[in-house]
Amino acid sequence: MKIHEYQAKELFRKYHVSVPEGYPAFSVEEALEAYDRLNVETAVVKAQIHAGGRGKGGGVKLAHSREEVKKIASQILGMNLVTHQTGPEGKEVQRLLIESGIDIARELYAGIVLDRTKSQFAFMVSTEGGVEIEKVAAETPEKIIKEWIDPDIGLTKTQSRNLAKALGLYGEQIDSAVDIFTALWTVFSENDCSLVEINPLVVTGDNHVMALDAKMNFDDNGLFRHKELLDYRDINEEDPAELEANKFNLNYIKLDGNVGCMVNGAGLAMGTMDIIKIYGGEPANFLDVGGVANAETVANGFKIILSDPNVKSILINIFGGIVRCDRVAQGVIDAMETVEVNVPVVVRLEGTNSEQAAELLEKSPLEFLVATSLADAAEKAVASVIGGVK
Amino acid sequence: MSVLVGNNTRLIIQGITGSEGSFHGAQIKEYGTNLVGGVTPGKGGQDALGVSVFNTVKEAKEATGANTSVIFVPPAFAAGAIIEAAEAGIELVICITEGIPTADMVTVNHTLKILPTRLVGPNCPGVISPGKAKVGIMPGFIHEPGTIGVVSRSGTLTYEAVHQLVAVGLGQSTSVGIGGDPIIGTTFINMLSLFAEDDETEGIVLIGEIGGTAEEEAAKWVIDNQLKKPIVAFIAGQTAPPGRRMGHAGAIIAGGKGTASEKVTALEDAGITVVKSPADIGTTMAKLIHS
Repeated sequence: MKIHEYQAKELFRKYHVSVPEGYPAFSVEEALEAYDRLNVETAVVKAQIHAGGRGKGGGVKLAHSREEVKKIASQILGMNLVTHQTGPEGKEVQRLLIESGIDIARELYAGIVLDRTKSQFAFMVSTEGGVEIEKVAAETPEKIIKEWIDPDIGLTKTQSRNLAKALGLYGEQIDSAVDIFTALWTVFSENDCSLVEINPLVVTGDNHVMALDAKMNFDDNGLFRHKELLDYRDINEEDPAELEANKFNLNYIKLDGNVGCMVNGAGLAMGTMDIIKIYGGEPANFLDVGGVANAETVANGFKIILSDPNVKSILINIFGGIVRCDRVAQGVIDAMETVEVNVPVVVRLEGTNSEQAAELLEKSPLEFLVATSLADAAEKAVASVIGGVK
Repeated sequence: MSVLVGNNTRLIIQGITGSEGSFHGAQIKEYGTNLVGGVTPGKGGQDALGVSVFNTVKEAKEATGANTSVIFVPPAFAAGAIIEAAEAGIELVICITEGIPTADMVTVNHTLKILPTRLVGPNCPGVISPGKAKVGIMPGFIHEPGTIGVVSRSGTLTYEAVHQLVAVGLGQSTSVGIGGDPIIGTTFINMLSLFAEDDETEGIVLIGEIGGTAEEEAAKWVIDNQLKKPIVAFIAGQTAPPGRRMGHAGAIIAGGKGTASEKVTALEDAGITVVKSPADIGTTMAKLIHS
């Protein structure tokens, strides 16, 4: 789960991670109220969307007066913000963060990520703040310094000091950095985060280290023990079809193609997308229906796939293990009687009771294209898009 | 020989009285696996699936001489169950549970570093040595005993590969699902090393997917250890968009890293035959084995 910057900073404050004073605003009026509350001359108006690169896209601007706040807030609220992370379609800005301007001496980077190879979380810092960290990692990896965290003891003071020194900090800056790094690890570990990034982490003119930005992602598998975090979820940031699929416990991701697919198992679902492409088609989605492919699941799957107007054919690929193929076939038949499916449907059922399943599909008055193998299924699904098979 | 599980397996099921544990446990037993006991805290003294239920793994091991455990415990308690089995001295722990928090798995792997226990999974279908033992949720009947070792991060895609192997007359020595999570116990490298040493295994199918660098590390291992057995690999997610988690918690292209093309290049550079289409796994292995 992703959250907004202002929400992450709210959590940061609770854990004493130093951040600038700031308030969220959902309207121009609220932006002005926030500015009045700040009681400063220079404020920053920041678009709140779940994507990075907001500054470059024109979503972060300095305002030096009440008038400017009003002008900038009206510009940014409702704008379609395009960044390297939103894709070309962009994202509509519905929330702002109004923050005090900070006297910045240096811009740095700090983050905590999972190192899958070492099975440990890694605390990373870099002197290259304010730029894309992926770029730094690719071009000048020596500029990223890491400390791996022992899960039994957490981030130690020594590790924090080493990181601070590697950033070239000195004197009271080091103490300030150690405080913020320690607090960051606490907020990360106590909330089952999967990623925390501060870019930039700044050194202020009076030698304080402060989080000017905040990105925080949570491990979905850990959310069951942090119910309070669910209030931070912003469904405006999610795809409506994916949200709908979630309700039915289906794992759906919308893509740009026109061959819809419904598969059991994530790996086979990805493999099915891949083979559609090999046969010259483009997958319209990823959809894993999981272990139970009954009439209800299949019907919900159809509805979600067909909510995408680009879909021109549907490929159902089920490898029946514990799930019996004849039951899946019956599910498909029943689902097609309840949901209006107006595109060709290719069905490939393999595994337990696949022969009985084929018989059921053959006997049904509904029109299916029955495929005998994975390759055959992909070929038929792609061909049916262009009307080659019907 | 097979690897990990076989005729010497003495299995207990952690979570034997739960719905998943009892359902899959019955099929595990029916396959002929040597099931010797089960564990459910608070239900010690009862019977389930024709074996005794114990409160703790330690008691179960002492009473039955179990050397292997399969875990069907809900995500909130699964990490604790793995550590309990390891501390009780179980040699092989196979965790089927999906949805264990990553932080819990970091602790599990940290704890397991100083214990001799091998963990397979979590979020995996388990391990099968056809004709000998099935310790997992895979459909037993699609497998045939034979000479191909299969290792995969996926479930149903592994069944697909096994199905294709059988169709071209190739059975399996052992088929292992190592799991789709970002933090797992047994890795591709561990399995390649076991298959390399196993006389019965003549060829290896490796099924990877986007996310992480486990396939790249496997490729490096193959070069460093000059593994000569033929390997056919497939990487799922060539068409997956970046930044999206494709069903498995570990299947995500993050910060431009973990793409299918990087993995394919690394594997090919190690002399591994990578098939573009998941439909070509069986026929390609047949060609390599018979050439």
